Amino acid sequence: MNKLLAWVDARFPLTAHWTAHLSEYYAPKNFNFWYFFGSLAMLVLVIQVVSGIFLTMHYKPDAELAFASVEYIMRDVEWGWLIRYIHSTGASAFFIVVYLHMFRGLMYGSYRGPRELIWIFGVLIFLVLMGEAFFGYLLPWGQMSFWGAQVIVNLFATVPFIGEELSILIRGDFVVSDATLNRFFAFHVIAFPLVLIGLVTVHILALHEVGSNNPDGVEIKKLKDEKGVPLDGIPFHPYYSVKDILGAVVFLIAFSAIVFFAPEMGGYFIEANNFIPADPLKTPEHIAPVWYFTPYYAVLRAVPPVLGSQFPGVAAMGLAVLIFFALPWLDKAKVKSIRYRGATYKWFLAAFVVSFIGLGWLGILPATPLYTWIARVLSVVYFAFFLLMPWYTDSSRVGKPNAKWFIVALVVPAIGVVLNAAQAKPLPYVTELLFFVHLACFVLMPMYLKGDQTKPEPQRVTDK
Amino acid sequence: MKKVSFAKGLLQALLMLPLTAFASGAAIHLDRAPVNHQDNESLQRGAAVFVNYCLSCHSAGSMRYSRMTDIGLTEPQIKENLLYAAEKPGSTMAIAMRTKEAKAWFGATPPDLSVITRSRGADWVYTYLRGFYRDDSRPTGWNNTVFDKVGMPHVLHDLQGQMVPVYKTETDHEGKTHQLIERLELAQPGKMTLAEYDGLVADLVNYMNWMGEPAKGERLNIGIAVLLFLGIFFVIAFYLKKEFWKDVH
Amino acid sequence: MSDLNVDKSKRRFLVMASSAVGGVAAAGVAIPFVVSMMPSARALAAGAPVEVDLSKLEPGAILTVEWRGKPVWIVNRNKEMLDLLAKHEDKLSDPASDNSNQQPEYCKNPTRSIKPEYLIAVGICTHLGCSPTFRKEIGAADLGNDWPGGFFCPCHGSRFDLAARVFNGSPAPTNLVIPPHKYLSETKVLIGEDAKA
Repeated sequence: MNKLLAWVDARFPLTAHWTAHLSEYYAPKNFNFWYFFGSLAMLVLVIQVVSGIFLTMHYKPDAELAFASVEYIMRDVEWGWLIRYIHSTGASAFFIVVYLHMFRGLMYGSYRGPRELIWIFGVLIFLVLMGEAFFGYLLPWGQMSFWGAQVIVNLFATVPFIGEELSILIRGDFVVSDATLNRFFAFHVIAFPLVLIGLVTVHILALHEVGSNNPDGVEIKKLKDEKGVPLDGIPFHPYYSVKDILGAVVFLIAFSAIVFFAPEMGGYFIEANNFIPADPLKTPEHIAPVWYFTPYYAVLRAVPPVLGSQFPGVAAMGLAVLIFFALPWLDKAKVKSIRYRGATYKWFLAAFVVSFIGLGWLGILPATPLYTWIARVLSVVYFAFFLLMPWYTDSSRVGKPNAKWFIVALVVPAIGVVLNAAQAKPLPYVTELLFFVHLACFVLMPMYLKGDQTKPEPQRVTDK
Repeated sequence: MKKVSFAKGLLQALLMLPLTAFASGAAIHLDRAPVNHQDNESLQRGAAVFVNYCLSCHSAGSMRYSRMTDIGLTEPQIKENLLYAAEKPGSTMAIAMRTKEAKAWFGATPPDLSVITRSRGADWVYTYLRGFYRDDSRPTGWNNTVFDKVGMPHVLHDLQGQMVPVYKTETDHEGKTHQLIERLELAQPGKMTLAEYDGLVADLVNYMNWMGEPAKGERLNIGIAVLLFLGIFFVIAFYLKKEFWKDVH
Repeated sequence: MSDLNVDKSKRRFLVMASSAVGGVAAAGVAIPFVVSMMPSARALAAGAPVEVDLSKLEPGAILTVEWRGKPVWIVNRNKEMLDLLAKHEDKLSDPASDNSNQQPEYCKNPTRSIKPEYLIAVGICTHLGCSPTFRKEIGAADLGNDWPGGFFCPCHGSRFDLAARVFNGSPAPTNLVIPPHKYLSETKVLIGEDAKA
């Protein structure tokens, strides 16, 4: 065995990689619950790739055959139902773990230097994942597949000047059709997975170059003993391998519970309308994207058309995703972790979480005037979290947090909701006015908002 | 470039669409379908009704007759009771009706029913099949409480008999009055009592519900085994982690 | 981090136990995925036994039916054809059908059939999978005047007699396959299923 290993090592750095990335890769010992989601995202990626390959063996990317081929997998292929449910549940699970993984990054400042590139690769992974999910969602060729793709592709049609041609280029036709299905299949099964795996690789390589962040913000590679072993670290293997196995088992329990007992997840993972074959002549009564897109869909609907063009909404939706790229440069705080941040940052983060979940919920619901109004208020909060960050995280502008402005920013929407909800018909001018007051509270915030009053970080973090 | 502006209009329509759908969406009451995927006798009775009544116009193209061995039928039984002479147990529940003809007769092609309970829900199908009533303004002479202006005639009327609606008047918040159907009443009895008819529809819907996902029983059984296994795995993984992490201070 | 008070045997046991459970999990996951590659219900239905009515098949004529996507020949051999079978056994590589992979036990007889007159054989050459052609004319010009009637494979020239037995010197190594079959009545045969099944 040792001889074989030596033979391989002389030709390929097997032992060297094992040591560099596992047995002597030192990870901070203070990871908490939130640090499970990186490895879980890897696990879900593997699940999706494997189940996807086996689905590809039976699926037919042909508008005439696609719908029936999915039912063929569900019935005629041995265990096909299991593979299909694993894949459909895996899609949602991917977004759950990725959203939690990103939230971890927000809490502990994992995007801050020297980890900007890890963050950028991560946001790219998120973007590619959204594309991957979007392409894959067309493949069952049900009503929701078809009309979801129709709406999203038409979003590109709103781009000024080139929009129409762009959307035709994407579809390969004037409507979503067999040509669209065939190319989405190609993107879904080969192009995007290749890019995704490549990005995940560089994400991890970059991580292993600088070392992991942690809830305290200790720079793991900074303090080392005389042998060069990080003082605050433990080898990834065996410590984090056994811990991640435990995390994976807990995840698989939840995952299996859904796959075996609630694969449709009440219509959120597999929609009832997707059991009707795609019909280009008939739109279902209520269409909404899959749950993981709904926060962005709500932003899209919240922005009113300008001069008859939907483009501002589309642009806002795009910006809502792309703005994550800027995060490392928006955050001016001296500290990284939420543990040492002050109240202002925590309020903003909490407001962001509320707006994200709220928008996600509104994106599922039909767009009534009340809901659209709430979506507008929440969209402002969503963007304020990012755009005001240079001010509220700036420790040089420290002062007492000016609570009354927050109260105004909270109370105004509350009044608006009550007024809206109490009336059968919306009050046009009052609610518009309230929205603009709410917007103004945020726009003017740099003028009155004090920076975050951070707490001192412990010596382990500040030691050079 | 006409098609292009169509796309633009469509997008706007779709973004606004949920609003209109919500405005008109007076919730329709659905009766709970008594489905039980383990009740083989009910499923077998339902299968017979399905083959005798539904399959003349509707297909179930994803469903193979041979799958009914899962609900306790043997292949000779399937062949004898459910199949035409030329069909094989392995064939799907396809039908010979030409779509063009069907469209001319009913105004729409009768949909494939393989997964109808997964798109509509078993409760909807159960209520629908019991919701036909006489309406002479319709070309077929029939209308339905949950599917207004339905194209399908009441195929089972010789069993159920003829129902007529009993209206009630309701005033909405704008002060307008509407005639709403409160319930249906038997005007002319059929071969069955209404209770017997409900039982027949219950069996039929049970069968269609089973047909929507024949692997469901298997799925639930295997799920329990998988969760038990993962429970054991959890205990071992928990102690494994605990043992190694003793080192970390 | 000290290695001093580590209970090594406990640790080894836990590693072994989790490896074992993990191995079972991996195998358990692998099974459905591998099994999903087996023929589906559709493939099985398409490969289901085929019922053939023989009442219209005249003596000396051939009927080709499809079973599992392969041509199956049914030849109603007339008396002359049957008589010729015994006369060229010295030219065959396996005249007594000793290779038991090529026919069910009940067809290991001089006519390789249940009923002497009906030859039922899979029409796929055992050389490289072409389908031979039916050449019943005795002494055909291109096949030599000792040709007793049989099958000739156009791909590589393999020759078979009317019991689907291969002639010496053909590229094909074995006799053609006789599929499992049984008679449902005098004139109805079911191809693909044995009487014993």
